[in-house]
Amino acid sequence: MSAPAITTPLAPAPAAGSGPTEPQPRTTVGANLLRAVLHNRKAMAGSLLLLFFTVLAIFPGQIAPDDPQAEIYLPGLGPSSHHWFGTTSYGQDVLSQLIWGTRQSLLVAVAAGGLATVVAVLVGVSAAYLGGLADGFLSLVTDVILVIPIFPLVIVIAAYEKNAGLLTLTIVLGALGWSYGARQLRAQALSIRNRDFVDVARVRGERRLYVIVFELLPTMTSLIVASFLGAALYAVLAAAGLQFIGLGDPNAQSWGTMLYWAQNNEALGSGLVYWAIMPGVCVALLGAAFALMNYAFDEISNPALRPLPKLQRR
Amino acid sequence: MTFVLRRLGFFVVTLWAAITLNFLIPRLMPGNAAVAMMARYRGRVNPDALHALEIAFGVNNHQSLLSAYFSYLGNIGRGRFGTSLTFFPDTVSHQVLQALPWTLGLVGVTTILAFFLGTLIGLVSAWRRGGVLDGVLPPIFVITSAFPYFWLALLAIWLFAIKLGWLPQNGGYDYTTTVAWSWTFVGDVIRHSILPAFTILVTSIGGWILTMRNNVIGVLSEDYVRMARAKGLHPWRIMWNYAGRNAILPNLTGFAMSLGFVVSGAILVEFVFNYPGVGWMLLQAVENQDYALMQALFLLIVVAVLFAILVADAATAMLDPRARDVR
Repeated sequence: MSAPAITTPLAPAPAAGSGPTEPQPRTTVGANLLRAVLHNRKAMAGSLLLLFFTVLAIFPGQIAPDDPQAEIYLPGLGPSSHHWFGTTSYGQDVLSQLIWGTRQSLLVAVAAGGLATVVAVLVGVSAAYLGGLADGFLSLVTDVILVIPIFPLVIVIAAYEKNAGLLTLTIVLGALGWSYGARQLRAQALSIRNRDFVDVARVRGERRLYVIVFELLPTMTSLIVASFLGAALYAVLAAAGLQFIGLGDPNAQSWGTMLYWAQNNEALGSGLVYWAIMPGVCVALLGAAFALMNYAFDEISNPALRPLPKLQRR
Repeated sequence: MTFVLRRLGFFVVTLWAAITLNFLIPRLMPGNAAVAMMARYRGRVNPDALHALEIAFGVNNHQSLLSAYFSYLGNIGRGRFGTSLTFFPDTVSHQVLQALPWTLGLVGVTTILAFFLGTLIGLVSAWRRGGVLDGVLPPIFVITSAFPYFWLALLAIWLFAIKLGWLPQNGGYDYTTTVAWSWTFVGDVIRHSILPAFTILVTSIGGWILTMRNNVIGVLSEDYVRMARAKGLHPWRIMWNYAGRNAILPNLTGFAMSLGFVVSGAILVEFVFNYPGVGWMLLQAVENQDYALMQALFLLIVVAVLFAILVADAATAMLDPRARDVR
């Protein structure tokens, strides 16, 4: 995993908030990434899925036909043109619940993934850049957290904090899910820190913080994005799992909670298949969106993994 | 040798961290869940056992935090995890040991199977890169690896147990059969484990395929592979002995990282299938607010994972001479 991040310079463009004038042409990493995403089918599929869910999460009131909690229909209706996925055994519209549930699942994913990524960057990059004893300590902490199974630990924590709300879930998942990303970021930062352009900045007399933020981090963007995607994927699955086993807030409107109620009412056994299956489909699709983008980012950040043109086949 | 010693040291540190977390969590969490639990114990267990529980959960603190901590370490060291509320008056250790074989059997076998199958598929799809296999399997399993374990388990139950009726819906064995080392019983256990095993396999294999594929692609551009080709070695030999053997090393290290993920999935799978293993018991303990059992199970899971990683490390040391000397 020591592949250099982005090495092909594109059109010269000033870096955002650039301090001193740069002699060499610089690439805006954002434009580079965007171009790479647009040219990668897996990344496109993932982004479109993510866009779809984002729209659902922002405008559930406009899209959903009904109030998700309102018990206004006959219980246990099958799928029809009025209720695409039928109703629950409480008489709620399953489709509306799905649409309203998007917001919380996406929020946990983005917030917990974001938190985990921030910690991962902080720990991984400072370990690599500081070196010595600090590196030894930070790496040890990373490895320990990496090895301790997080999910059982989260279960134990959630068992003390009954009916954990959104905030608790996010903080716990974010605070424990950073180790894998930190390890990869450390490895990459180690391989970059002695490159010429970093040395140049150092010789120029830039402060350490400047070198890290403006020289190291931009070159690591794709790996940072990848570790965000990985952490978000984990957060989606873990949060849904926790809510499914009844460790979340049972009144919350989310996919995991839907599954919890479906399971408690034996939806599968009593023929309310869509109620039990569709929330999982949504979790899987959102997870697949993150996984596909992650897979694509592997290819973007490591050119060797890109699909071969037809001619080069063995 | 130093490699093994260093890893052992790391495991001691990790185990210590897990035990300390176990000790701290009840004290850090708001509310008095532990006090409520202690009230349910009172009058049911002897004073000695009650005292041990008080130390473990920080209730009735006459002791300083530090001395409570050392008493706790001492109790853990002697394997005293207290009395289980769920399975009163049985001890926690006894209960845990009953659940262990089920999980070891299910998760152990599926993990090893997923590792070998995934590694093999990854190797072949990288070897025949751009071929049919490569175009189909890795993307499919990347998507299945994003499936929630418990949801796939529900789906499997619905399709294979309810709709088709091929396999039993839940449990570790049929309660009407007698528990013995007979063919009927063993066959019954296997029949009950097919669906959970299938679920874990499908959701965990993607990671192995992808890492192995990426590793092999990296290794194939190495000079020694080109050399082997130039010598005219048989392609199979290059694939296994040159590319495969080198590419599998990072996968073995990755074993350590994904194991936690597999374990968490297995907990949910056991829950859905009511499979009488460690994960199911953990959730039982959560439901009954049986904190003593819960924390012992968490420690057991940590130890099991550490042990598995140790095995992976030993395999790395055997396959890779560099790991033995350096690091």
